[in-house]
Amino acid sequence: MGDNIKIIENATCTFCGCVCDDMHLTVDLDEKKITKAKNACVLGRAWFAQHGIPDYPQATIGGKEASVEDAVEEAAQILAEAKFPIIYGLSDTTCEAQRHAVAIADLIHGCIDTTTSVCHGPSGIAFQGVGESTATLGEVKNRADFIMYWGGNPAESHPRHFTRYAVTTKGLYTPNGKKDRTVVLVDVRKTPSAPVADIFLSVKPGRDFELAWALRALVKGRKLDPSIEQVTGVSLATLEDLVDRMKNCRYGVLFFGMGLTMTRGRHFNSGAVLALTTDLNEFTHFVAKPVRGHGNVTGADNVLSWQTGYPFGVNFSRGFPRFNPGEFTTVDTLARGDADAALIIASDPASNFPRKAIEHLGAIPVIALDTKQTQTTNLARVAFITATYGINTAGTVYRMDDVPITLRKAFDSPYPTDEEILTAIRRRVQALCGGPAVPLRKVS
Amino acid sequence: MIIPGRSQKQGTSLNAGKLGEEYLEVTSTAELNQDDMKRLGLEDGDRIRLRTTTGESVVRCKGRKPEDLPAGMIFLPYGPSSSQLMASDTAGSGMPISKNFEVEVEVL
Repeated sequence: MGDNIKIIENATCTFCGCVCDDMHLTVDLDEKKITKAKNACVLGRAWFAQHGIPDYPQATIGGKEASVEDAVEEAAQILAEAKFPIIYGLSDTTCEAQRHAVAIADLIHGCIDTTTSVCHGPSGIAFQGVGESTATLGEVKNRADFIMYWGGNPAESHPRHFTRYAVTTKGLYTPNGKKDRTVVLVDVRKTPSAPVADIFLSVKPGRDFELAWALRALVKGRKLDPSIEQVTGVSLATLEDLVDRMKNCRYGVLFFGMGLTMTRGRHFNSGAVLALTTDLNEFTHFVAKPVRGHGNVTGADNVLSWQTGYPFGVNFSRGFPRFNPGEFTTVDTLARGDADAALIIASDPASNFPRKAIEHLGAIPVIALDTKQTQTTNLARVAFITATYGINTAGTVYRMDDVPITLRKAFDSPYPTDEEILTAIRRRVQALCGGPAVPLRKVS
Repeated sequence: MIIPGRSQKQGTSLNAGKLGEEYLEVTSTAELNQDDMKRLGLEDGDRIRLRTTTGESVVRCKGRKPEDLPAGMIFLPYGPSSSQLMASDTAGSGMPISKNFEVEVEVL
């Protein structure tokens, strides 16, 4: 470790949607790396330790090193000339960068979609249909005495969700932490989250909707046949006991994960647990929250909603925003072969998407922004390596409960920020497309 | 029935880079019920081919206790191997079925 050490208190980890803002970072400014991240979980420690300064060119065109200016020009030309351009990703960058991506989509009359569409997009659809009884994680910490996780495994995906927000943490009306709470886990397998639960319900795969509907019936006082166990995998006695606990808690929370949204039923599953939550409010205070994955996926939902009226899957081809999941969402526009150019920001669909979508991505010009080389930057016609948000750049992100959190920069990066690259592309696209001259904020 | 999902090692290794050896190894190691593995004559580290109507992936297998992973179920950390198995149809939702779908297992 060098002598040039800086301590940053109350920094924010942007690895997952918990966005913990109590990090105490030790930064070696000579080596340009974070040597210690106090309070970070195992995922956060890896996040801070592994984001130093990489040894990649700032920009490439066709796999060859290029100047950022030339790459911006090439990117703008591709987007301006495309007939059905799509913009995708955005869940691992700042809100300040996200808003420029929306502006570019507007200028090029393209689609804009975020990783939400393959995460809690179905929950977004369900919110529109059913509504959301919501709360901040601060309220959960201070008030909740009944916590239910359904189709999620926070012990591995959001390790501090238990200790900082919902299970063991001590709050105003939960002074004894875990002892003041009943914790329930619903999953198809016994995940590493199971030991924290007082009650584990092993639901049959693909039967989450039926389980939620059975609980709704019991909450409403209907009689159920014991054969419900053959359908859901959970006995009637267990369901009745659970409903009794749910109705009689002081403040209940249902956190739900992608075990509901990524399986058969999708938005109907999310809608079922949201409806169950609404039903329970006839008896007690009950809220439901999706557990969000990436550090600023919630910000992406918010920025798109402010600027277009819709959270994801938005299309500007008619000059105004339209929302239609299944038509304007990225897996669909790629798998159908609609898209003829793609701007991918802070995401790696070439690794994570279904094969057919990846094949089309490989057949069209792609512009990619990422902090590291990925399958997507490797197949991109134009690739930018950018600074890491929350480590090399300040800005704003949204925690999974829609609370905005300000980021603190740990050390400078020689790489441009996503906001700088997107601002430059926006300016050039604006000139090429003849869009309205919108004053742009100066990027510091 | 396969469940692609997040795991802690998948999360820590992706920070080192998605093209890194560790990430690729983690995302191509499937967890199987130990009884299923015994029935198929498999041991930890053996290679199997997972196949759907969409595509196939070759992964290594690792046993999990039956009380943690029910018979007939496979857990695979998200990554390039699981993507190859997913169909792209989203049924008008934007979301491909990414968990709880059937796969055929071939012992290699």
